Amino acid sequence: MNGIHDMGGMQDMGPVRPEKNEPVFHAEWERRVFAMSEAIDGDWPEGAGRYQKELIPPAEYLRMSYYERWLRGLAELLVKSGMVTQTELESGIAEGGNTKGRKVLRASEVRPTIAAGFPSTSTVPAVAKFHVGEHVRARNINPTAHTRLPRYARGKLGTIERDHGVFLFNDSEAQGLGDKPQHLYSVRFAARELWGSGAPDGDSVHLDLWDDHLEPA
Amino acid sequence: MTTTRRDLLTTAVTAAGAALTPRIADAQQRTQADDHDHQVMPSDPALRTKALESVLVAKGLVDRAALDALVDAYEHQIGPRNGARVVARAWVDDAYKRRLLSNATGAIAELGYGGEEGEQMVVVENTARVHNLIVCTLCSCYPWPVLGLPPVWYKSAAYRSRSVIDPRGLLKELGLELSPEVEVRVWDSTAEVRYLVLPQRPTGTEKMSESQLAALVTRDAMVGIAQVSVSPEVRA
Repeated sequence: MNGIHDMGGMQDMGPVRPEKNEPVFHAEWERRVFAMSEAIDGDWPEGAGRYQKELIPPAEYLRMSYYERWLRGLAELLVKSGMVTQTELESGIAEGGNTKGRKVLRASEVRPTIAAGFPSTSTVPAVAKFHVGEHVRARNINPTAHTRLPRYARGKLGTIERDHGVFLFNDSEAQGLGDKPQHLYSVRFAARELWGSGAPDGDSVHLDLWDDHLEPA
Repeated sequence: MTTTRRDLLTTAVTAAGAALTPRIADAQQRTQADDHDHQVMPSDPALRTKALESVLVAKGLVDRAALDALVDAYEHQIGPRNGARVVARAWVDDAYKRRLLSNATGAIAELGYGGEEGEQMVVVENTARVHNLIVCTLCSCYPWPVLGLPPVWYKSAAYRSRSVIDPRGLLKELGLELSPEVEVRVWDSTAEVRYLVLPQRPTGTEKMSESQLAALVTRDAMVGIAQVSVSPEVRA
């Protein structure tokens, strides 16, 4: 989706201002939103949380803080999936909703769960369509749903620098359309290819792209 | 104070956002504060969060003790000191450094770090000729096991937009002016691979121990917006 979240290459977004001695969270509610998002066994596909945040209308997305987006995304997924009702969200009082079969993360499971992570590599064999050193073109596609191919790289020429192996394909997975495991590559794009002759010669931007994002150059 | 284009943009965006919600007062309060994404939070998200947590707990979907443990893990245990230990080890142990650059996930696991948002790691090395910078233009991907949760600036529209098109200008504004001879490589974390910069070891640190070296390494240097110096002004 050509949404506001796809920000690479936009200009005039203001200065970058690192905050000295920045705390991990800036308010108690941020802690709770983070933790709930992590803990919940949501009745939605892997990656849907991120896609849901991309669906926030652009003007709101820009105005919201990071964890406001998390809160919005989580609340919308809970309602969409039927786990929580809108009335419950507004009242704070539990009434109904389908919560059957959901796993509840316990405190003792937190560290092991973090340590295990959520690998998105796949053991399903898949033939690599491209090899290291090969010139490729990022496909010029404009999907209306979740994609990991940013606008600024579409149609541009790059070189495969590394084959990361077989990974689940987020573009498909986040929409609940299946894993579509395929090879993921680190693709080097010259800054001049992306931004024109005014960009410094030799500089580059590297993106991780899947087979479905690429075509032979 | 002069009005910049940035101010006008912010005002326009704020007006559009306010039209969508009744939170005009909150929005105004936010533009009057500094440009940071976080701002002073209105009570609204705090109240909504409280309501949501009450519902999820009452329905047995989350356990409050688990939420506390998650917060504790990322607020007090998992953070950039982990990454600093990885960097310092690589500086003093060439064999480790080779493993780190060829199989980062495994080498980082040797020091006991790994897991969520670091399942597949790649470490890129800064040298006298190459400077690396990490970003996630689409969202906020960041190597949690070694750096913890990302700071606000990393998640900001300003950083996500500019880092790929004008990394040198951005770094210069942040106090890091790179020679034209140095090649800049930006790593946009568009998939589930997470990146960490191995900064250059500063000169004059030959006699330092591994733990003394680790104390010099900042989060900003491991993302690539700074270099490591012997007396860093800010230790993030």
